[in-house]
Amino acid sequence: MWQSLYDELKDKGFMVVAVAEESRGAEHARSWIEQAKSTYWQLIDVEHRLGDLYNLVNVPQAIWIDERGTIVRPPETAGSTDHFRRMDLKTRTMSAEDQAARLAARQAYLDAVRAWVNDGKHALATDAARAGLPKVTDEIAEARARFRLGVWLRAHGNAVEGDRQMNIASELHPDSWSMWRQAADLDEVGKASGPDFWKRVQALGDRPYYPPPKL
Amino acid sequence: MTVILTPTGEHEVAARDGLWMSAVDAERITGWTLKPEGMCLAERCVPLPASAVKDADVDVEAFWRKLGAPVVGSDEGDVWVLGAPADERNAALEGLQAPDFTLPDIDGVQRSLSQLRGKKVFVATWASW
Repeated sequence: MWQSLYDELKDKGFMVVAVAEESRGAEHARSWIEQAKSTYWQLIDVEHRLGDLYNLVNVPQAIWIDERGTIVRPPETAGSTDHFRRMDLKTRTMSAEDQAARLAARQAYLDAVRAWVNDGKHALATDAARAGLPKVTDEIAEARARFRLGVWLRAHGNAVEGDRQMNIASELHPDSWSMWRQAADLDEVGKASGPDFWKRVQALGDRPYYPPPKL
Repeated sequence: MTVILTPTGEHEVAARDGLWMSAVDAERITGWTLKPEGMCLAERCVPLPASAVKDADVDVEAFWRKLGAPVVGSDEGDVWVLGAPADERNAALEGLQAPDFTLPDIDGVQRSLSQLRGKKVFVATWASW
């Protein structure tokens, strides 16, 4: 997904780390990764450890980290938009206008990454970077622990209890699409984008599914 | 044996009555040492209630809750997760030093963010679901 960006910028001290939030494990992600033929890092995160460390709620989200290891852009939507919410569910198609707007937003995001690498643009000063960080609450911290327990229980043959722990995690942290969708996927491949997913998306009302990055 | 998942790894411990274990095991899995003043890590000590210490044993569940961190266990009590406290996660992020992580690639090779120091790094998540 990021290969052309990486090819273009890799000689300028730039690296891409793609992390699969994938509790089914490496083998489940293998076909996607091999198809992508990427030369940047493709890592597998069974426990959603990155989500825990960086307080993530969805995919794709990206974090920009500078040469000194400093976060210069906190987690934000990486090139995706909410246009999918208006697609025709029967034909699974978007209007030409929405498709164009979606591509344009993605292009603008890629251009921003380029401008960062080439000219240092879009890197946020300390206060602005901090202001963009979502706060971890006690409920979120417990949700992460329960999600991890759920992944472990499922991986060790206890699907019923694992599922229950993951449901509690989603109740504690309802804003996390990653937890909810991963749990749905573990229950049954495809369920993460099935009717229950669309119900949850509709319940957002005016709130975004993919909050646009504030570039 | 009881399986305990801590913020840094997965351990097997001889625990009983929940997460009562020897102070030696408690230190092995959490890094905190039992001292007269409580559980200590470097200069920091967290006092424990008298009910959470008995001889050379410590109730790690009570200790972990004292840290303000989540503790969750399976129905059978054979698997536990000691989660990271919310304030620790917030402090780490607000410091803006990107939290390091080590994860395997598709061939099992472990990679750490810290290996990339000196480069601009774009970390992006994805999923098959």
